Amino acid sequence: MGKTLAEKVWDSHVVRKGEVVGAEAQPDMLYIDLHLIHEVTSPQAFEGLRLAGRRLRRPDLTIATEDHNTPTLDIDKPIADPTSRTQIETLRANCREFGVRLHSLGDAEQGIVHVVGPQLGLTQPGLTVVCGDSHTSTHGAFGALAMGIGTSEVEHVMATQTLSLRPFKTMAITVEGTLKPGVTAKDIILAVIAKIGTGGGQGYVLEYRGSAIRALSMEARMTICNMSIEAGARAGMVAPDETTFAYLKGRPHAPEGADWDAAVENWRGLVTDDDAVFDAEVYLDADDLEPFVTWGTNPGQGVSLSQAVPSPADFADENDRAACERALEYMALEAGTPMKEIRVDTVFLGSCTNSRIEDLRIAADIIRGRAKDPAIRMMVVPGSARVRLEAEAEGLDQVFKDFGAEWRFAGCSMCLGMNPDQLAPGERCASTSNRNFEGRQGKGGRTHLVSPVVAAATAVRGTLSSPSDLDPVPPSGSGTGAPGAFATTPSATPAA
Amino acid sequence: MEKITTHTGIGVPLRQSNVDTDQIIPAVYLKRITRTGFEDALFAAWRKDENFILNREPYTRGSVLVAGPDFGTGSSREHAVWALKDFGFRAVLSSRFADIFRGNSGKQGLVAAQVAQDEIELIWKVLENEPGATVTVDLQARTAVCGPVSALFQIDDYTRWRLLEGLDDIGLTLRHEPDITEFEATRPSFRPTTLPVRT
Ligand code: SF4
Repeated sequence: MGKTLAEKVWDSHVVRKGEVVGAEAQPDMLYIDLHLIHEVTSPQAFEGLRLAGRRLRRPDLTIATEDHNTPTLDIDKPIADPTSRTQIETLRANCREFGVRLHSLGDAEQGIVHVVGPQLGLTQPGLTVVCGDSHTSTHGAFGALAMGIGTSEVEHVMATQTLSLRPFKTMAITVEGTLKPGVTAKDIILAVIAKIGTGGGQGYVLEYRGSAIRALSMEARMTICNMSIEAGARAGMVAPDETTFAYLKGRPHAPEGADWDAAVENWRGLVTDDDAVFDAEVYLDADDLEPFVTWGTNPGQGVSLSQAVPSPADFADENDRAACERALEYMALEAGTPMKEIRVDTVFLGSCTNSRIEDLRIAADIIRGRAKDPAIRMMVVPGSARVRLEAEAEGLDQVFKDFGAEWRFAGCSMCLGMNPDQLAPGERCASTSNRNFEGRQGKGGRTHLVSPVVAAATAVRGTLSSPSDLDPVPPSGSGTGAPGAFATTPSATPAA
Repeated sequence: MEKITTHTGIGVPLRQSNVDTDQIIPAVYLKRITRTGFEDALFAAWRKDENFILNREPYTRGSVLVAGPDFGTGSSREHAVWALKDFGFRAVLSSRFADIFRGNSGKQGLVAAQVAQDEIELIWKVLENEPGATVTVDLQARTAVCGPVSALFQIDDYTRWRLLEGLDDIGLTLRHEPDITEFEATRPSFRPTTLPVRT
């Protein structure tokens, strides 16, 4: 019987097969190719190493960046919050002590860890990638097996460059068809999560397949894989193809010369065999999809933008009904309100889900030549300093500034509100991030997860909107962003 | 790591499903750089409400949390487990745990015992009728006993063995260091390294 993509990557990294004890196999010892580190989940791991007198086994497979706590304004000034400052300073001291490459605030490669790895070309097909952050699943877009891990596991990887893991089950998520204009990768993944639920992926590695996935750019694939964890999955993957190779070619850490050829030959084999069997399969029709937005307090509580806020009575399951009731109360929403009538205060364009150059281009294309609703605050936070530089080279910063949006420095920012970028209690936000949990973006803040397309249209109208709700722009004011340095593949996500 | 065979302590009924790690410990507490002292951070948002169960006697001394399904979803933060342990919890009972949370628990010596939801309901009733009732979690027998209710729980064999033996994960792996070195020698040359720095 053939193997799935996930099984191929797994099998090629087994250092030691778990022995079978009684009826149960012990976990396999899996080799880790790339370990990404940031300031929040690493200090206790470094402390553990030091306490046990252990060394960092492979500094050359480890890389660190500052992202969760970093300010997005005045980055040349000392970080005001003392605890954030301590975490950043601790990371710097630890990286010095253990010889880890670190991209600090102010450095062109600094940024959200899941934006930095791919952009440097470190994230490659067939690798095992881990990071003490649940959205490590992002890197699966390249056909890597990429998993979020806890701090103990971070320490384990530091000391041994391996993890003890049990094989996962595999789930195929097949998306066939063509997306309508204004419908994007974010809408695919929100629809997947609404369909299978926030626990639906538990124990599985998801493989996204089908014509609609193949047509997506790398950025869009990263958006989808990023949110695999919101369906409870350990990882999400897309098989590498020409789009992947074109994205990687020429990046700083991509293989070169003969190594490139050997790599591509190896990568071409990283597809699920025709006779492989998945443990579960889910189908989605891309033709039917519409922009998707969340109304509740978990990423599974979403509907099409053209629909209305559901009522607890719509749910057969008692737990779902109670969850709906609680979410409506927290979100201060009335059942039956059309989603498009919900007014927001803030629009956040950023996070490891949607802060790459393509996301910024798509949003800029919608707002160019249009005016922002005066009551809306819009924050644009590029995923990395490199993305910010690319955007500035294309003039996107000017488009955002002319529109009245705040153009910030790179980091996680309002995705989780560990830095000063937070919602005030009761404030409502259309956010391109990945989690709408209670208080995630600031205590009492209310989050609607949306695509960059919807975020941009919402900033124009003030209520949750899609580009089709906007008045047309006079021809002089429209245009398409110039391709950036690495934009070698066309975007499959149509700009409105 | 301390060995655990059985633990008996006050059971805390938390009638809530989908308790995500942002609720267990809000992100603002992740800024600390130590491994201990997170007891004040546990359920910090909910504890602002003086009626929240962990603010009420005798639950302030609780050590077995009995929660609804899908406990520990969301962020991978291990701080969630530290906060539960620092508060005094030694075991959590739920009908479904998020994978990462379950993994983190096993590594830190917190027993994540998977109990069927109908038995959770029975245990909740006992604990609510008799505040302060204890739950005994027996890792040897894989049972959670509360008053008349005796529920079998699931926990994987490997985690259970390590909890029973109090074994440190890294030390276990390093026993096989030669295998790691051997594997490293076979890695293809096209695989990337972060050093030397290329930009
Ligand atoms: S942007 Fe948000 S989800 Fe992504 S790594 Fe940062 S905090 Fe986590």
